[in-house]
Amino acid sequence: MAKNNSLHPNSNGETDDSPNMLVYRKMEDVIARMQDEKNGIPIRTVKSFLSKIPSVFSGSDIVQWLLKNLCIEDQVEALHLGTLMAAHGYFFPISDHVLTLKDDGTFYRFQTPYFWPSNCWEPENTDYAVYLCKRTMQNKARLELADYEAESLARLQRAFARKWEFIFMQAEAQAKVDKKRDKIERKILDSQERAFWDVHRPVPGCVNTTEVDIKKSSRMKNPHKTRKSVYGLQNDIRSHSPTHTPAPEAKQPTEEELREQIKFWQAQLDRHRLKMSKVAESLLSYTEQYSDYDPFLSTPDPSNPWISDDTTLWEMEASKEPGQTRVRRWGFGIDEVLKDPVGREQFLKFLESEFSSENLRFWLAVQELKRRPIREVPTRVQEIWEEFLAPGAPSAINVDSKSYDKTTQNIKDPGRYAFEDAQEHIYKLMKSDSYSRFIRSSAYQELLQAKKKGKSLISKRLPAVVQSC
Amino acid sequence: MGEMEQLRKEAESLKDEITAARKAVQDLTLQDHVAGTAVVGRVQLKTRKTLRGHLSKIYAVHWGDSKLCVSASQDGKLIVWDSYTTNKVHAIPLKSSWVMTCAYAPSGNMVACGGLDNMCSIYNLKGKDGNVKVMRELAAHTGYLSCCRFLNDNEIITSSGDCTCVLWDIETGSQKTVFAGHLGDCMSLGVAPDFNTFISGACDFTAKLWDIRDGQCRQTFGGHESDINAIGFFPNGNAVITGSDDASCKLYDLRSDQELITYQDSGIMCGVTSLAPSFSGRLILAGYDDFNCNIWDSLKAERVGVLSGHDNRVSCIGVTPDGMACCTGSWDSFLKIWN
Repeated sequence: MAKNNSLHPNSNGETDDSPNMLVYRKMEDVIARMQDEKNGIPIRTVKSFLSKIPSVFSGSDIVQWLLKNLCIEDQVEALHLGTLMAAHGYFFPISDHVLTLKDDGTFYRFQTPYFWPSNCWEPENTDYAVYLCKRTMQNKARLELADYEAESLARLQRAFARKWEFIFMQAEAQAKVDKKRDKIERKILDSQERAFWDVHRPVPGCVNTTEVDIKKSSRMKNPHKTRKSVYGLQNDIRSHSPTHTPAPEAKQPTEEELREQIKFWQAQLDRHRLKMSKVAESLLSYTEQYSDYDPFLSTPDPSNPWISDDTTLWEMEASKEPGQTRVRRWGFGIDEVLKDPVGREQFLKFLESEFSSENLRFWLAVQELKRRPIREVPTRVQEIWEEFLAPGAPSAINVDSKSYDKTTQNIKDPGRYAFEDAQEHIYKLMKSDSYSRFIRSSAYQELLQAKKKGKSLISKRLPAVVQSC
Repeated sequence: MGEMEQLRKEAESLKDEITAARKAVQDLTLQDHVAGTAVVGRVQLKTRKTLRGHLSKIYAVHWGDSKLCVSASQDGKLIVWDSYTTNKVHAIPLKSSWVMTCAYAPSGNMVACGGLDNMCSIYNLKGKDGNVKVMRELAAHTGYLSCCRFLNDNEIITSSGDCTCVLWDIETGSQKTVFAGHLGDCMSLGVAPDFNTFISGACDFTAKLWDIRDGQCRQTFGGHESDINAIGFFPNGNAVITGSDDASCKLYDLRSDQELITYQDSGIMCGVTSLAPSFSGRLILAGYDDFNCNIWDSLKAERVGVLSGHDNRVSCIGVTPDGMACCTGSWDSFLKIWN
């Protein structure tokens, strides 16, 4: 897809396109292909009893075309995409207000570009009133109002009681113009107009696809682009997609902004980058290591409570007795032990048995400090300093001189991150020393071999090669 | 005039050098490396529970633990659910019904929400008399509140339509750090597993990695062609996943400082609203504007499943901390639990 200027925001963060426009552009590209004379959907006129049904194609035609021309796997996906395009009003069933796609002989027709959603339509209720009123002036039985339309008309008559004469006159004028048209042309235009209203005033219970996320609507820059009057005097009928338009120039940054940018990019340039092969390897090995623990890939032991209605798994997690799979995870890395409260407990117990628990206790204290309310921080910092770092501390830890000096400075103005450098040093020490001893210890090995509660069933989903297009 | 021109040239040449530096470490693409690995088999998740109770569009959902989650809807309510029993534990009426985000504190003691009122409201769930009351109203943003995430019971990070993210001290209600740098509305944020950094996605089409401690932007990632609506960390904490209005999701690696892979399909036209990785990261679940949620094999970039069942846009998604289930929230006013 070629990059369009209007996709990039200017320095105010504004864009000319709403996010819906992106979707409309994609749909309109598909519609253009569907309407292609050679490779598009064959459009025909069908003879029915005493009349002709002009310019139609069947739901199956659409499904078949989508399957053949887009990278779509199956009929379900084709129906989903087709229904989406119908719901946005790009083509519509000629005999139904509900805009979905059916894979059968139901007849569909293309919408005229004038009514495409990319024209930013926001039709007002007065227009809807004119439309419904006009419909009641048409005598043919098949043009009777549906129940919800009759209800809407009644509501609008009450709301616009004062204006009703004007609305009625407009409706009459429109009806007169319509009568003058060629019969076939009128059939087509009437259906397209109805489909337009099916998008903007959907059948109760149907999704209104013109709705925009409130986060986006507050950003949209061009209210003047919105079209509100359906039956007004505008004569700017477009026959091609209005979404492919060039955008104005983006705002240029100021000198200060440029200098900031340069500083930032310079820092970025200087950073060390790891080779992709190493990164790919690490991602692959991580996912492989943890796939046994991923309930979407491997059946949990004893069962997934959501599926079996048996909460044993959660009870086991909450208990102090760690199961074998949980203990095995501690062996993946020090972070797994530190993350799991039972892991921390066992680690601490082991280190205490070796009289070397001060490192872990310091690390835990600093973690806890970071979560304290700000008013308790200064006292706590002092306590931690006294216990672990001050000369003659009862649980003295061994920190490199650089971190020690920095920490000494930090505690003069104590904040949550006063011990950051020291903690990092201690973490590295634990990782290379205490942690590996713990994993090799008999205490850990015993937990690992602990009695299993019944058979451990870890079944993996069999990998299958999927055809890609 | 000459100086501005020089500065512009310098900025451009730096960007070119960075592009070259990133290319220099591309000894192998992710696709090449996993060419020998099989795609994960077809993933078929079923709806196990449907949470009914909201009366309007659901805009956000966040898990507190393996069973409790909080959801926010335009009907002006925050509901805390015991999803396992489908009981509503709390139904909290909001002052403003234009809510866009909600969050559950890791401790389970509080929830937060915010939206067009430009504020982040913190609610205490464990009050003395059992009633849930507003504990703090964090006001300072000049734009809508798009996302919020607790670090702990004392600190919360918010992202806003005013293009900044802020770290707040909840007790004092004050802004501790302002993270400025995005050129467009910040739409979403995610906190790293080690709580030292966080990422934000914005309407300037970029994602930024921030250091929580010093407020600096450490890295910026581009490549998307429209707003980034959703962002999250890969479980190993070394990669970032983004979802955008351009209908694609991307995986960026922090250590090699670049995009690894894009998840897109010509049959998908609608924007991504939300995403969540599975427990191992091998699967990425992404919610779209076309009412579906697609499941991607994160390494092979192939679609391996679809969750369809909602009758309107999927606006939010979350996987439980233990990975047992995922929850989708939709404009159709329902939450569904799948696995």
